[in-house]
Amino acid sequence: MMDFGFRISPSSAVNMDDVDFELFERLCEIEPDARKCMACGSCSATCPASAFSGMSLRKVLHCLQRGKEKEAVRMLRNCMLCGKCTMVCPRGINTRHLILSICKIYKED
Amino acid sequence: MIYQGKKKIWADYQKEIPDDHWFYVRSCIRQNFFPGSEFMFLEICKNVLGKDFFETEHHTTCGGIAYHCDTIPQETVMTIVARQFALMTEAGYENYVASCITSFGNYLEILQTWEEFPELETKIRELLWKSCRREFKKPKYIAHASDLIFKYRNEIAEKARFRLVNRKTGEPLKVVEHIGCHYAKMFPSKGVGGAEYPYVLCGMIESWGGNVIDYPERRHCCGYGFRQYHVKANRGYSLSNTYKKFESMEPYHPDMIITNCPGCPYFLDRWQYVISEMEGKTYGENGYGIPVFTYEEVAGLVLGYDPWDLGLQLHQVAVEPLLDKIGIEYSPEEKYKGLDKKDILRPELPGILKCC
Repeated sequence: MMDFGFRISPSSAVNMDDVDFELFERLCEIEPDARKCMACGSCSATCPASAFSGMSLRKVLHCLQRGKEKEAVRMLRNCMLCGKCTMVCPRGINTRHLILSICKIYKED
Repeated sequence: MIYQGKKKIWADYQKEIPDDHWFYVRSCIRQNFFPGSEFMFLEICKNVLGKDFFETEHHTTCGGIAYHCDTIPQETVMTIVARQFALMTEAGYENYVASCITSFGNYLEILQTWEEFPELETKIRELLWKSCRREFKKPKYIAHASDLIFKYRNEIAEKARFRLVNRKTGEPLKVVEHIGCHYAKMFPSKGVGGAEYPYVLCGMIESWGGNVIDYPERRHCCGYGFRQYHVKANRGYSLSNTYKKFESMEPYHPDMIITNCPGCPYFLDRWQYVISEMEGKTYGENGYGIPVFTYEEVAGLVLGYDPWDLGLQLHQVAVEPLLDKIGIEYSPEEKYKGLDKKDILRPELPGILKCC
């Protein structure tokens, strides 16, 4: 195949009909705040781990709502539970607790 | 969406387009990519329909490419546009028609900005006077050239020699219409049919006998997007957009694509070659691609103009299978002959995409 110096990006389309929301619904039952996030990104901007590890709570919630659970859990492994995101969240979400609940439901230590 | 629903939306977005007396400005890039298109627009409007169209060699770019590539400030673009309006005023015209979709969007954006910030218009008038001692009146009406072909579509259909119909089966051709993003996505009320379901090309296709295909990524960008293509690091993004569109339209087996933007036909045409070389995939029948046309080229074809006079030999995807389908006569020997009948040289043939 010819090399043009650029390539076709793999498709990022998600078929929502194929996504199983059972775990996310369970998360929302014990953490109703998960639905309050408006994806402003304040948590990601203030996260000391994001700059060098790609950790972003905004992206984690985004991934969970699109069935990309493995990706979400992989990001959460970098969380140090420092709680800075809780201090800046404009919706008053207890993000630290939310992260712990996600880890519990998605079976991550 | 059901067809009746679309009809209602289209009825809400109809434009009262003046019939005659237009000041015409060309596009920067169309003359290089598809040189027969703008010639054919003037040929149809002036000589076939007998309308009054004026163009001047003194007009320049509208600055849209540089503006959308973030290389010049908006005041500079406004001064360039003010000069174009001054040329129109000096020529005694009030209706302004642009060949380029981005120019069309650019003019509308600037007029709207002046409406909301009149002090900016005053500033631009001063800048224009200081730079070239010109004054201007704002156009009474701004149209895109496809609006006019849409307006004249039934007159063209009456004079047509061919229809967009498969000569052998009698079935209407399956046509994909692709509208440039800057046509109505910025100002829906200024486009025929609005932003969601623009009718400008559908109207032409229906009048000339074709069948419009509705497919999932119909309103998706062709992928040009200025900074996506002009910055080589982003070029994969441009290609991926086009790939997404072709993957989406493939199951509907389109016979041809019609566009009304300078960039779209170029990228939908050329990227088919790149996709074939990268993925080994072609989207037309028997290893050919799906031919992509500008609306002026299609108008010229149905009116019976010679395909090679329309510049169709400059397309990457071979147009001959479609010409055969419609029943348009052409001479394969004349394909690479210039107007003076001298050989204009043959391009190298691609490895995978089949060409004539």
